[in-house]
Amino acid sequence: MNFLSGTWLGEWLAGLGRITLLARETIASTLTFKFSRRDVLYQIYFIGIKSQSVVIVTGAFTGMVLAAQTYFQFHKVKMDTATLAVVSVSMCSELGPVLTALMVAGRVGAAIAAEIGTMRVTEQIDALRTLATHPVDYLVVPRLMAATIALPLLTVESMVVGIGASYVVGVHLLGIEPTYAWWNMLKYSHDVDVMIGITKSIVYGGIIALIGCYKGLSCEMGAQGVGRATTEAVVYSSITILICNFFLTMVLEQLCVILSL
Amino acid sequence: MIEVRDLKKSFGPQTILDGVSFRIENGESVAIIGRSGGGKSVLLKHIIGLLRPDSGAVLVNGENIVAMTERQLLRVRRMFGMVFQGAALFDSMTVAENVGFGLRRHEHLTEAEIAKHVAAALEMVDLPGTEKKNPAELSGGMRKRVGLARAIVYEPQIMLYDEPTTGLDPIVSDSIDKLIIRVRDQLKVTSIVVTHDMRSARRVGHRVMLLHQKKMYANGTPEEIFASQDAVVRQFIDGVADPQETIF
Repeated sequence: MNFLSGTWLGEWLAGLGRITLLARETIASTLTFKFSRRDVLYQIYFIGIKSQSVVIVTGAFTGMVLAAQTYFQFHKVKMDTATLAVVSVSMCSELGPVLTALMVAGRVGAAIAAEIGTMRVTEQIDALRTLATHPVDYLVVPRLMAATIALPLLTVESMVVGIGASYVVGVHLLGIEPTYAWWNMLKYSHDVDVMIGITKSIVYGGIIALIGCYKGLSCEMGAQGVGRATTEAVVYSSITILICNFFLTMVLEQLCVILSL
Repeated sequence: MIEVRDLKKSFGPQTILDGVSFRIENGESVAIIGRSGGGKSVLLKHIIGLLRPDSGAVLVNGENIVAMTERQLLRVRRMFGMVFQGAALFDSMTVAENVGFGLRRHEHLTEAEIAKHVAAALEMVDLPGTEKKNPAELSGGMRKRVGLARAIVYEPQIMLYDEPTTGLDPIVSDSIDKLIIRVRDQLKVTSIVVTHDMRSARRVGHRVMLLHQKKMYANGTPEEIFASQDAVVRQFIDGVADPQETIF
């Protein structure tokens, strides 16, 4: 593989290898319970509670615009009452998890990379190691656990707010008949849509935490290095989430067919 | 006992250490002097396993730490305390949380016992009553003292100091030197002090070693080193710049 060294492909593969090793170390550490529960709770507060406003606003306006746009198109073929069904399925299986993850990647992924990157350039991570503390145990595991717990909760919140907002827009603003709209929504939305959304959000939580921590731990020295790590954490997490979303959709939908869910 | 054998380290094309060897006995205090950027801090980080050499060995009480994984090193590092050049305090924590960090993570102590140990460590570095302060509220000298308290609180066998007096005024530097001597004598620890402060090196070390051109150039008692007539040693001790050399 020497012919790849120094090329962008070689660097990309090396980065992929390092992040895989970090993931392995993190999972091993999680399974041996070397983390502090207090740190996990604090991270759940930081990632979950502090991201509420951004997730609620994103979920509400996404639901509202989706309801309006779907109504405008469906109205042409007299299918007004199917509007909320489309919104509900979209919010549960696609838009809820993806948009929540993208918003959290922007807020939390950047904060994780900046915090750990600053710790690295000010030798605080070296200080941790001299105090016989593995940086993965202390920094990565609590963030990964908190993100994989908080993201599904935020995603469900986004789904509920998005569907609620779409109901308000559809029924009270656009005049859709509420009984039929509600009936169709329940008819075409299934538990499995919610389960797909929650499964995706767990994966996205892991992606955000892992990429944020990796970028922070491997950031170059100096203010510029921290800035670059922060930007890359957001960009790489967002791109990875969008790419994973396609593959997860294909795999999970096929799985549902196989398992007859 | 710490033994460094033929240690070599390069960062990219730049060689920093090229075959450094020495041995430090238990309870001994050694000052490592040398030019800025000469590899002193790099050498110190190899001794505690923060950096991996390209080749060579670092033996701590007979165990070669170079061959250890990061997790195996955690056990060895519990023998060490390290004071960083910039103190490296955790800026999201108070002084008490910084000092008690190691105890809280590794010892099964109650909060009251931890608070007692923290207070004793802060007393030893002449900073009693600063538990609730944040690192941002402290001066450079105070930060280094808190860093020292954090390092000594769980009574390590080996203390490493990375340029402890750099950036401090002569009076604060003097108090830090006295503190290092006090820790050395009261806790009976092995001390390695990396410095380019000649006054400090003379006072805190039982032995002084000069790192020059990537190798350990001189090694002797402070009296021997400071009385040396070797041109390189003399130039460094007297602080005389070579007119032929571009420094900046």
